[in-house]
Amino acid sequence: MTETRPGYDKLIFELSSPGRFAHSLPACDVPVEDPAQLLPAAYLRGTPPELPEVSEVDVIRHYSRLSQMNYGVDTHFYPLGSCTMKYNPKINEDMARLAGFARLHPLAPEAASQGALRLMHELARDLAEIAGMDHVSLQPAAGAQGELAGVLMIRAYHLSRGERRHKVLIPDSAHGTNPASTAHAGFTVVELKSEASGEVDLADLEAHLDEDVAAFMITQPNTLGLFESRIHTITELCHAKGVQVYMDGANFNAILGITRPGDLGFDVCHFNLHKTFTTPHGGGGPGAGPVGIKSHLAPFLPTPVVVERDGVFALDWRRPQSIGKLQAFWGNFGMLVRAWTYIRTMGPDGLRAVSDNAVLNANYVLKRLEGDYDRSAPGPCMHECVLSARRQKRHGVTAMDIAKRLLDLGFYAPSTYFPLIVEEALMIEPTETESRETLDAFCDAMIQIAREAETDPAPIHAAPMTTPVRRLDQTLAARQPVLRWAPPPAAS
Amino acid sequence: MRYISNTAAQQREMLATIGVGSLEDLLAGIPPKARLSRPLALPPAMAETDLVRHLRAMAATNADADSHACFLGAGAYDHAIPSPINHLILRGEFFTAYTPYQPEASQGTLRSIFEYQTMMAELTGMDVANASIYDGASALAEAALMAHAVTGRREIALSRGVHPLYRRVVETYGEGPDLRLRDVPLGDGVTDLDALRKAVGDATAAVVVQYPNFFGCLEDVRAAGEIAHAAGALLVVVADPVNLGLLTPPGALGADIVVGEGQGLGVPMSFGGPNLGVFAAKRELVRRMPGRLVGATVDRDGGRGFVLTLQTREQHIRREKATSNICTNVALCALMATIYVSILGKHGLRRVGELSTAKAHYAAAELAKVPGVRLRFGAPFFKEFALELPKAPERVVKRLLRDRILAGVPLKSFDRTMKQSLLVAVTEKRTREEIDAFAAALGRAVA
Repeated sequence: MTETRPGYDKLIFELSSPGRFAHSLPACDVPVEDPAQLLPAAYLRGTPPELPEVSEVDVIRHYSRLSQMNYGVDTHFYPLGSCTMKYNPKINEDMARLAGFARLHPLAPEAASQGALRLMHELARDLAEIAGMDHVSLQPAAGAQGELAGVLMIRAYHLSRGERRHKVLIPDSAHGTNPASTAHAGFTVVELKSEASGEVDLADLEAHLDEDVAAFMITQPNTLGLFESRIHTITELCHAKGVQVYMDGANFNAILGITRPGDLGFDVCHFNLHKTFTTPHGGGGPGAGPVGIKSHLAPFLPTPVVVERDGVFALDWRRPQSIGKLQAFWGNFGMLVRAWTYIRTMGPDGLRAVSDNAVLNANYVLKRLEGDYDRSAPGPCMHECVLSARRQKRHGVTAMDIAKRLLDLGFYAPSTYFPLIVEEALMIEPTETESRETLDAFCDAMIQIAREAETDPAPIHAAPMTTPVRRLDQTLAARQPVLRWAPPPAAS
Repeated sequence: MRYISNTAAQQREMLATIGVGSLEDLLAGIPPKARLSRPLALPPAMAETDLVRHLRAMAATNADADSHACFLGAGAYDHAIPSPINHLILRGEFFTAYTPYQPEASQGTLRSIFEYQTMMAELTGMDVANASIYDGASALAEAALMAHAVTGRREIALSRGVHPLYRRVVETYGEGPDLRLRDVPLGDGVTDLDALRKAVGDATAAVVVQYPNFFGCLEDVRAAGEIAHAAGALLVVVADPVNLGLLTPPGALGADIVVGEGQGLGVPMSFGGPNLGVFAAKRELVRRMPGRLVGATVDRDGGRGFVLTLQTREQHIRREKATSNICTNVALCALMATIYVSILGKHGLRRVGELSTAKAHYAAAELAKVPGVRLRFGAPFFKEFALELPKAPERVVKRLLRDRILAGVPLKSFDRTMKQSLLVAVTEKRTREEIDAFAAALGRAVA
């Protein structure tokens, strides 16, 4: 943050000056240039779109200034729980930009795409090993699409056995995408109450398991950052009733080389390559959400599947029971190159050290803050900890207020108000890439805020003061939606 | 250990602070039988120099659009990418930020998305565009779901001119809500309007046409819209926004929803992903739209600011009743497109369309001069066209690879009746020299 208010307040449209331009296009080197001679007049746009007319310098400066209005992992500690905001290695970017990858067309002949197909095949194999799964599809574009693919495969599996199971059980602590993806796959969502500890209520689960249930979908470690210790019992109970078990892999960063979903009895799990495997979050995507499955679900994998025969790689489309396609081509390949690079950079020992240090860092933060904030559960946590600001709320300071104050103190905020089962939740995920010094600075800031809440909450309520804008009116934005720029009315 | 900051000494101190003896103590909550008892069976860590050498060699086996003259299209295009885009998106404040949950610390992302929404609304001729969706195909699938939600009907009348891979994604997404796809055949390269009239009725949620269509031909969008609207259905148009600097926007032709693949707007082809799903609609449909929306508002001091808005449509609030399961957008690809459109500007985008059209028509004429080769369709086309070859297109493609030409996409795998057809795309980047070389090589290949 190099700006303090009042800062830059332009949109690119407001820099426009008629006649200015930034492009460099080739001259026309073919004889007929005029589109009016080539296309019927009705297809040609009458008036040009209202787009900016700016110079290259305008563009560079404008977007550089906009970037300075953001916090990112490269500039700030970003303890956003459940999002795994770890460092994004720069070598990944260089590799994704190799011309043979970045400039490769998806429909180039297979014989001329062997390097790309090999990379996909190897990555799928490595992810399968990491998760203890039999197969991995790299096609889903994001975690939510991985979920959709997973539950559609489960649906197809049951239907192939002549079973029309229509319900999916999901704990109340789940990410919102779980019920949304499941409902979009045509299932009825049944919400299960969690125990106070955040773990699955086994008796309640058992009571809900019947022949209408297609799947049980849980996050492991769960959204309170705790390992579901009775997981074998859970998967056995489900399997005994013919119920498939889905693992939301959002929290995979906690378990690399420590435990594997496949060995725990899960039938399906998805990966968020933009979390655990260091592909950049990019301000909100693109991500990649590969989905791993056990072999009984293999006939239903999305098409095409990358296969290898005698050292030659190919796209296999002949899968009559497949759930079909999720996006036009084969997956977010650029993200796959980055994840492949990361896994090869780290190796098995490095990946194990990732989870060890992610768990260490989260427990260190938890320990340092447990005197000033309420814990959501006893005992050590995994890779993230969930605190409650209910103590601060008694002084009129909410989780959101704490988040805003942290921005002024030089940190991005934890996730707030999630999971829904914790009052005034503050979900902190430090990740393994942060140092003890950074964690100490963050904890000092959190403790300072707790003190301010008790003695002098004014700076909390005024926060943020140092950001390009102060607290924003969300209600106004929703009541009178302004969703695009419009030129100011001409002066009359 | 690379990318891990704590030293061994710090780890010990931290464990002492926590009050445990070892890292293992922190993992006590995992039952022994759940533990992996061996190291992961993965290749060992590689030093950066070795890794770069290895990946360079792997990448070099691919026939990319730098080393070859690329005439491939069918949903991914080799348009020029201006240099500033990569420099700007690599700024860590954009690149390593996430979803703007804290809008005060995310105004850069929010502003750029607001600009993007404006640009896409302008190009498509629609009232509002969302913050983007995964790709063109999933955007079309979401449009089908939205049409179903708006009309309460289940049938989607889908022209055969719509990208066949998009159709497959609509089928996948349509599985849950039990959407039924009705195929509408083509006449001479464009949707058969009489057949469309027969396919549409009071069960039709949406009519879908692509403009220009999968084969490059220009559809009569207005007529398709009249047929849809007469039946109370929505008109969904699939359009590539890079073409809409020159072409009449779908919004002016009666579209209710416009979706499309925005990869051509400065996003690398990258073997088919990540992409940029464009989604735009009429104002009255905004509360049914999938995905994120950024809106303008004011801050506590009355200053202008931007936030994610109308979030009650979305999964993190509405859960199983959300309009879509999508959680993020493809913000970085949308940023690439925003910078691209800024650089090309009001007139440059039209010029890209003009150059692509001119070169495509020159290429079509030159390639059709090769004995035995002819244009498959008679309808007007834009930057892409289908050729009918006297030899198997797969063999021709293989033969032309030797001349470092990516000749086109054989259509047999998309449509069994098109065994002899090759789909050829020409962007503003192709030169007359490359086109002439293509024609000469094609002549040799089919002789």
